[in-house]
Amino acid sequence: MSTKEIENPLHRLSDEQLEQLAKEFDAIHDEVYDDLGAEDAKYIRSVIEFHRRLVVLSRIVLMASRYKPAWVLGTAGLSVAKILENMEIGHNVMHGQWDWMNDPDINSQTWDWDTASPASAWRHSHNYVHHTYTNIRGKDKDLGYEIMRIDPNQKWHPVYLAQPVYNVILMLFFEWGVALHDLDFDAIRSGEKPLRQVKGELREIATKGVRQALKDYVLFPALSGKEWKKTFYANFTANIVRNIWSNAIIFCGHFPDQTYTFTQKETENETRGGWYVRQLTGAANIEGGPLFHLMSGNLGYQVEHHLYPDMPSSRYGQIAPKVRAICERYGLPYNTGPFLKQWGMVQRTILRLALPGGKPRQKPGPWKEPEKPADSAPPSNGKVDRSTAEGALAPFP
Amino acid sequence: MMIERGATPEVSPIRKRFLRGARALTTPLVPDDYIALINPMWSTKELLGRIERIQPETDEASTVVIRPAFVWPGHEPGQYLRIGVAIDGRRHWRAYSLTSDPDHPDGLISITVKHVPEGRMSPHFTRRIQPGATVFLGGVEGTFGLPDPLPEKLLFISAGSGITPIMSMLRELERRGALADVVHVHSERRADGVIFSDLLNGMAERHPGYVRHEHFTESRERLGPAAIAELCGDWRERHALASGPSELLDAITEHWEAEGDADLLDIERFQPRIGGGADGSGGTVRFRVTDVEAKCEAGVPILAGGEEAGAKLQHGCRMGICHTCVGKLAEGRVRDLRTGEVHGEQGEMIRICINAPEGHVEVEL
Repeated sequence: MSTKEIENPLHRLSDEQLEQLAKEFDAIHDEVYDDLGAEDAKYIRSVIEFHRRLVVLSRIVLMASRYKPAWVLGTAGLSVAKILENMEIGHNVMHGQWDWMNDPDINSQTWDWDTASPASAWRHSHNYVHHTYTNIRGKDKDLGYEIMRIDPNQKWHPVYLAQPVYNVILMLFFEWGVALHDLDFDAIRSGEKPLRQVKGELREIATKGVRQALKDYVLFPALSGKEWKKTFYANFTANIVRNIWSNAIIFCGHFPDQTYTFTQKETENETRGGWYVRQLTGAANIEGGPLFHLMSGNLGYQVEHHLYPDMPSSRYGQIAPKVRAICERYGLPYNTGPFLKQWGMVQRTILRLALPGGKPRQKPGPWKEPEKPADSAPPSNGKVDRSTAEGALAPFP
Repeated sequence: MMIERGATPEVSPIRKRFLRGARALTTPLVPDDYIALINPMWSTKELLGRIERIQPETDEASTVVIRPAFVWPGHEPGQYLRIGVAIDGRRHWRAYSLTSDPDHPDGLISITVKHVPEGRMSPHFTRRIQPGATVFLGGVEGTFGLPDPLPEKLLFISAGSGITPIMSMLRELERRGALADVVHVHSERRADGVIFSDLLNGMAERHPGYVRHEHFTESRERLGPAAIAELCGDWRERHALASGPSELLDAITEHWEAEGDADLLDIERFQPRIGGGADGSGGTVRFRVTDVEAKCEAGVPILAGGEEAGAKLQHGCRMGICHTCVGKLAEGRVRDLRTGEVHGEQGEMIRICINAPEGHVEVEL
């Protein structure tokens, strides 16, 4: 088994370094929280308002879905709206990123999203289980979602031979996959979760599922009259587009080659610093422009999101340079890459690990800030630019 | 845990039915979420108000006139309103006495706010907020009000901004034509600090039965029972309503109990009268979610005991109004510290800011 273990950067840091690192990461969080204000509130309100306007517009256009351009326009609009609602709004509001506004509606405890998964079950499986036990094998149930072999340390089973097929099915019907995943089949099997609770949760999924289906597949098609089928397909397509996109972004969050997984033993008695390092090395970013980040709910900043799940997503881009500076000083990796590269790696892993065996992939090693272009940086004197590191400490080896 | 929100507006049953039916199309949102895109004031999710105007009363106090988004359901003169406003992106709530009477012909309501320089809410209302701004209107509460039936003779005693609930009562009395025999003693530091000075003078001119006495502490000692008795010789015969700082109210209460009829006195302290009932003997609390054990001495609310023990608990007003601190009672019984009443059934949602444990209790918080 030792060949499968790969040295984790966590173990290169001393207790003192971890303590200092925790302070530095905490400071970034505090600085942002002290600065939150009217501009931030305006941001999330404007995204929410834009989403609602786009829904209304798309639904109206789709009433004329018998005309091809109306179908295309309406479907595209509805797809974008659903993606925004699930990712930049729903996921982040339900993380409590906007709870500081004290707005009773834009709040993690009251929000519900336009997807099959009921809010409360998702908050448990995602906010609590996944964000607490991130990438700990056997504890983080998002690691392969209890149905996939995504890490070579997971024991192979013949059922994984079918993984390339159900991967595609999961991609297409991701919202239902998430809803069922929240049930936590492992916990049910082990008896950890009482049957009464399972029944209650199943009822909740069914209620929500019926409401969702009634809206998208009965009522709105009916509003298009004789051509109801066109609207039915339009809504179906929008849901599938949203499913494929959110699946892609979410799989790129923890499954690319650069990320590390952890044993339960490694994380026993974990310190705050150790927790930060696990979050940092267990997640991977996706590079992209502002529009890409908006459409992915800022999960292109998966690393920042895992360090600070309750920080408003709109702030991730702003703190990213500070996070990278800490990585560089402590010799830690900062996992990132372009979308297609990250997604390609994930798909390759899913294909490879359907078969027995497999080894952890090469890791990128400590982060080094790319040299700035010559015209904007003074001539290099061989030293690394640390200007972004506030209150810079002496670098750790 | 609940976040404090505005009151639910009263709307017609037809509208309610339509909004419920249309949810099938808007789920998981509600129709009001979309209606608010056209005009936020049309949403029935919580009662909003629009600032109509800000009227400076003195250098320090301003009256904020508000137009509620829906027909004002009314209040008892003397009651206070929870009002919410977004400052720097965060919504904050405070309670202010309503200074308007319930039957304002234009359906407007008002609060009167005294500037507290180090405060957060009051400078916002007195210095920054502009007409057109949106506020959130929460619950109307309070038991300080005109007696029913109305006694023939009334005595109002107010000091400083304690005049605010009394202003609402005076307006009500004037509208009812009942300012026949009312004595009003008001204490203030200086003459130019008297809130509603012009309005009250106008009332006194119109109604000879309304007699005003002003007591300025700049040149005299603090207002007390002796000075009141001097200004209003027949104080024993009058139903008295007093509102002001605690020292004044304590002195008055003592005097009425000793020399007069305590049943003829109502006071407004602007603080919950925790300990108004019996304190009980306290107990222990287990917070099941945060996993904290706390001990509450007699008369100590669960919230305070929990905070003492290091639990982080959501709260708002700390006086039993806003319901931010509610938690499910899983075991045991609690004592409402305002009334002394012991209550609580398993599964009941209780406000931990005004309830103390009666023996051992467990809450889902």
